[in-house]
Amino acid sequence: MEITLGHYLGLGAVLFALGLFGIFINRKNVIIILMSIELMLLAVNINFVAFSTHLQNLVGQVFALFVLTVAAAEAAIGLAILVVYYRNRGSIAVEDINMMKG
Amino acid sequence: MNSFVDLLISLPELFLVLTAMGMMVAGVYTSAGKAYTLISNAAVLSLFGAIGLVLFAKTGTTLAFNDLFINDGFAQYIKIILLLAAALVILIGDRAVRKIKIAHFEYPILIIFATIGMMLMVSANDLMSLYVGLELQSLALYVVAALNRDSLRSSEAGLKYFVLGALSSGMLLYGCSLIYGYAGTTSFTGLETAVAGASNISLGLLTGLVFLIVGLAFKVAAVPFHMWTPDVYEGAPTPVTAFFAAAPKVASMALFVRITMGPFQGMADQWQQIIIVLSILSMVLAALAAISQTNIKRLMAYSSIGHAGYALIGLGAGTKQGTTAILIYLAIYIVMVIGTFACILCMKRKGNSVEQINDLAGLGKSHPAIAAALLLFMFSMAGIPPLAGFFGKLYIFLAAIEAELYSLAVIGVLSSVVGSFYYLRIVKVMYFDNLSDELDSVTGKRISVIISLCALTILLFFLSPSLLVDSASTAASVLFEK
Repeated sequence: MEITLGHYLGLGAVLFALGLFGIFINRKNVIIILMSIELMLLAVNINFVAFSTHLQNLVGQVFALFVLTVAAAEAAIGLAILVVYYRNRGSIAVEDINMMKG
Repeated sequence: MNSFVDLLISLPELFLVLTAMGMMVAGVYTSAGKAYTLISNAAVLSLFGAIGLVLFAKTGTTLAFNDLFINDGFAQYIKIILLLAAALVILIGDRAVRKIKIAHFEYPILIIFATIGMMLMVSANDLMSLYVGLELQSLALYVVAALNRDSLRSSEAGLKYFVLGALSSGMLLYGCSLIYGYAGTTSFTGLETAVAGASNISLGLLTGLVFLIVGLAFKVAAVPFHMWTPDVYEGAPTPVTAFFAAAPKVASMALFVRITMGPFQGMADQWQQIIIVLSILSMVLAALAAISQTNIKRLMAYSSIGHAGYALIGLGAGTKQGTTAILIYLAIYIVMVIGTFACILCMKRKGNSVEQINDLAGLGKSHPAIAAALLLFMFSMAGIPPLAGFFGKLYIFLAAIEAELYSLAVIGVLSSVVGSFYYLRIVKVMYFDNLSDELDSVTGKRISVIISLCALTILLFFLSPSLLVDSASTAASVLFEK
């Protein structure tokens, strides 16, 4: 069976949806939310690279490199904020993030 | 030689980047006690320097860096608002920042980095530079939200802002990837030709645009993507909240305008419906939800959601007049928000800041000047003539009526009537409720000067509205002359 653009896009969409649901359905741990965010960004990268190959156009791959770089910075800042939060609260359970009701 | 011209076109941004990096070095080599004072003064100076560079830059539309970056009248107009807002926020927050012990020299530098990100956003001419600018802004803002490291509220605000901000960036990016795939380019110029030339819009492109709009709606805090706003505004240190309410809002709204009126002008029928729904939901929900708030920062959060809704009316109109109205509205909004937050920053009892609305009781007797200024800002936000806020809403509703969006204009007027209730409640508490414990007297010349300047601008705007209206309509016309 030949792997076509549609397969890659399907994979990207499934991974993106997994990341999205991971953020909303997960009720346990903030670290899992950070992992879900990474999953979403990587799903986008699959899309970019697949389109790039399909269109024979390098822009998508350059974009994917930018996304990777920004994702690394984002993870670093997210973990740093999480550490600060843990010091104040003593817990990183999602249900404990409730000082303010929103 | 060509690259040198590129550098000149992005001179204000480069100037800020270089000064910010210089300040980081200077901050490290200055003794801890003096660093904040030195760096915040330098930051304000460099922001004003950048305003000068934007003002004296060559007018007309210029592209740089392989068309990734665009400098035109629209970008210049927004950049001046952004830089002014950033400088004023650093100035009004000065004392509060020292009081709550977040006077690290990194604070003004992070504000500058966020501002550079916003300037890149409004100057983006490609999905790639849009994304990088947006992330530069967001990453700096996540950190400033959690800047008060010892406060649970502040770190919780930072965490919530981070998770929802990253989620919205993810959505926006997924939209970018679909747009790239189905239009074959990420450049705004290329997208415009692709969208205009297509006989029927492909479903993939439409899905991409929807994701992009969802991501941007998160950033401007339009309902139903607003849930982070009240918590983040309440939890973040007050000077930071002032910045959140002012600059990022304007930058994201400008980006919204740039994308919808530029590359996706040809798909106006599709995105107009989404924008109108977002706008109605934001106005109505903000007006109703704000009524029951007791914390003034939370109230300002719902107020900013409502203002985003009004600005989106202009976008929903999709005309040049609507865009002009948005630009006028944003400029007036910034003045009102900065004035209001300067008043909130003055609210202190025995040296500690208070942020409940009840704490304002009796302010009219104990501090007539501050109360009068806050009264002006509240009346202006409620849209009572002849204050500036009234004109902002007037141009927006006129644009909606010209575009034959009558029901949208009617809903806007109705929700602004409901909304005026919570603004007037503050006035009532200040002037008619009995004095509770008296608040401290206002200290600091800078903050008093800024409050009076903002109040005078709001009060005297009706004398010559053409000053602002003309520059806004020049800026808006750039997007439509093609």
